[in-house]
Amino acid sequence: MNRIATAASEEPSYLGGEHSIKSWLLTKDHKRIAVLYLISVTLFFIVGGIAALLVRLELLTPAGDLLTADGYNRAFTVHGIVMIFFFLIPGIPAVLGNFLIPLMIGARDLAFPRINLLSWYLYIVGGLIAVVTILLGGVDTGWTFYTPYSSVYANGAVVLTGLAAFVAGFSSILTGLNFIVTIHKMRAPGMTWFRLPLFVWAHYATSLIQMLATPVVALAILLVVIERAFGFGIFDPAVGGDPVLFQHLFWFYSHPAVYIMLLPGMGVMSELMAAFSRRRVFGYHIIAFSSLAIAALGFLVWGHHMFVSSQSPYAGLVFSILTMMVAAPSAIKVFNWTATLHKAEVRFDAPMLYALGFLGLFLIGGLTGVMLGTLGLDVHVHDTYFVVAHFHYVMVGAVVMAFLGGLHFWWPKMFGRMYPQLPARISAVLIFIGFNATFFPQFVVGYLGMPRRYWEYVPEFQIYHVMSTMGSFVLGVGYLLPLIYLLWSLRYGEKASENPWDAVGVEWLTPSPPTSHNFHETPTVVWEAYEHEMFPGSEVASGRPAAVPSHSRLAEAD
Amino acid sequence: MQEFPILPERASTIAGEVDALFWGLVAFSVIAASAVIGIVLYLAIKYRAGSAADRSGRVEGNFKMELAWIATAVVLGIAVFTAGAKVYFDTVYAPADALHVYVVGKQWMWKIEHPEGPREINELHVPVGRPVRLTITSQDVIHSFYVPEFRIKMDAVPGRYTQAWFQATQPGVYHLFCAEYCGTEHSRMIGRVVAMTPADYEAWLESQKAGAVVASAATAGGTMASRGEQLFVGLGCASCHVQGPQARGPSLVGLMGTEVTLADGSTVVADEAYIRESILNPAAKIVAGWTPVMPSFQGLVSEEDIFQLIQYIQSLSRPGGASQ
Repeated sequence: MNRIATAASEEPSYLGGEHSIKSWLLTKDHKRIAVLYLISVTLFFIVGGIAALLVRLELLTPAGDLLTADGYNRAFTVHGIVMIFFFLIPGIPAVLGNFLIPLMIGARDLAFPRINLLSWYLYIVGGLIAVVTILLGGVDTGWTFYTPYSSVYANGAVVLTGLAAFVAGFSSILTGLNFIVTIHKMRAPGMTWFRLPLFVWAHYATSLIQMLATPVVALAILLVVIERAFGFGIFDPAVGGDPVLFQHLFWFYSHPAVYIMLLPGMGVMSELMAAFSRRRVFGYHIIAFSSLAIAALGFLVWGHHMFVSSQSPYAGLVFSILTMMVAAPSAIKVFNWTATLHKAEVRFDAPMLYALGFLGLFLIGGLTGVMLGTLGLDVHVHDTYFVVAHFHYVMVGAVVMAFLGGLHFWWPKMFGRMYPQLPARISAVLIFIGFNATFFPQFVVGYLGMPRRYWEYVPEFQIYHVMSTMGSFVLGVGYLLPLIYLLWSLRYGEKASENPWDAVGVEWLTPSPPTSHNFHETPTVVWEAYEHEMFPGSEVASGRPAAVPSHSRLAEAD
Repeated sequence: MQEFPILPERASTIAGEVDALFWGLVAFSVIAASAVIGIVLYLAIKYRAGSAADRSGRVEGNFKMELAWIATAVVLGIAVFTAGAKVYFDTVYAPADALHVYVVGKQWMWKIEHPEGPREINELHVPVGRPVRLTITSQDVIHSFYVPEFRIKMDAVPGRYTQAWFQATQPGVYHLFCAEYCGTEHSRMIGRVVAMTPADYEAWLESQKAGAVVASAATAGGTMASRGEQLFVGLGCASCHVQGPQARGPSLVGLMGTEVTLADGSTVVADEAYIRESILNPAAKIVAGWTPVMPSFQGLVSEEDIFQLIQYIQSLSRPGGASQ
């Protein structure tokens, strides 16, 4: 079909070759590291999911009957910390980004393969510390660690938990560093900045946030630990500290962190929309720049988490209007994805259903985000289930849809096997329905006044909690199904071709699964991103030179 | 209560404004989301692979259209911001004639004190038809004072005073929740706000005053200002803050709300937060012309004590309030 694939097919794939545990645990191959991440984030997703199940079961009744008050507080803390620091933040970048960025830009690996492995080890060390703290009885600060509760009053292993997040943070910083250098220095000949897939642009913007914001939360956590362990007056007003200072430091990271989770998902969306519409994404440049705009503006809105914190009302004004501005680039992406369907050839394979699900959930999450950024309304719904529903729509609904959509799209590339389409489509639909059934009632109960992090609640809220818990079972089934059929496909799935979706991108020129060094010869890119008509894999492109081998870049990269 | 309540009761003057904002944004969101979902479904079905739809003249991008989208999003954003800011600023500054109530949050209860004297735990009695201003603080971790039926919420932050206000519109019993996670019994840090007709409220006040005098020692009775005066004497404040040659600190008569010139030449308005700081950390702001001899009262006075002292100092500004 084309020269690269034929030449490379004689080499074993990255999954073949050495099979020893050592060859996996000491691998410097970005693809194997991505698989290590995939396994580990899935395990943490299960841990966080069990905690979520406990929370939902407790909330079935207004009385605190299943767990003790402290047990409940620890359950939602475990859920938040594990899901955010150990599933959502590494999720798409460390699995799909790690696997795909070198393949997409025509590189043989990331710029720093050893640092990439170090990132995974830091992540695992952080994760193991988190697991140890859970086994030691956990911590009850919530994932937000608000002071002076966390630094003085909380019982439980705050210092160890802080250490877990601190170490995992360095994993995130190093991954960001690796991606930035790789995208700058390792692009194949002809792969100009504006030929990059939008997935790569999104990861570039994400990496900037990871590098610039993560040190701030590391600092904030360190200060909590110092106050807690040594009694320095940093946040506790009884010894001269300022409790609100912590919130500024925390949200200076944690608001941009939402975009660390979301931007890679948006990158996946652009790829899926292009591939399953079989046309170039509408407004390529605007989508690329909107990722950078989100990354930049995302640093300027942290105060919208603090409208009732004693922050000045005038600061509130500034943060509110900037919040409206950060909504604009997200809205523009939605418009462009919609316009991509115009005069397209839309196919409804499983990954596309996940993409459409993303769009629906992200719309609701985004629009309710605008509501929360509206000063007069936020006062009432701040710290209620309205907020809980909103951020789940964005960070879980949309992001996990994108993660699963991307996983279904690139699964044949990653593992060389197709999965059955029917259960995959069913699971996309189940997740969409289950998600809405779980979280939509939370908007209502939030506006009614149900505060967050309540172990017991007043009886008139119960009906919505029952609906939510019922919905969460549907959602749970939807999330479990892919685990079953994807694992099944590894053994029994049909063998995948190089480009089973007839998509455009350098990664689809490699065999499925790719060889250890990705490219036998470095490709030269002669087509624009998503240019279906010109792409060598496309049936229309017969007779065009596929990809011109070149040795210059390869030598440089080594 | 209906079986599927959608909105909390509207029991304050601001509640209607907040709900109008909410429904406006819900309407906007439903229209925007339906439009996008409708167009997505229409295009996806019309241009499904294999359909006979005409695909000639496909557009790769249109810069003018993009600019129009950006401009629309920004203009809509500013409109929403403006509407929200207007409602918000109606909740920030209390009217001057507001009744004043002091709130201290602690793990896990709300302690409330009225200048007229009554003290309550997890309950707040207010009259309808009159603005009520809350001065809120916490003696341990951060809490948040939340009354859904009034659509108001304000954090209780240790070491700081925050303000909130509302005007109840109909008599009734409403929820009081702690909205900021504060530890084990966060979800039990709840209470009720009882809004009463002005007549019922007066009757309640009288019964509380009578009950307090009967129930406990002299220190418990009286107004907040009279309790503050006893503290002022008992803590020894009165021996220095007097008028005349024996004064070792500035007189506090007529102080509240005035501008004070400090030793470094700067000025500060003597508000509640200033009084609090001057009691707990007297060296922070030295009044011009005085030597910093006052010791800190950190650990010697509770947050409620400080509120009472503030009420006492405030009473010195009223005609006939000066007892020195």
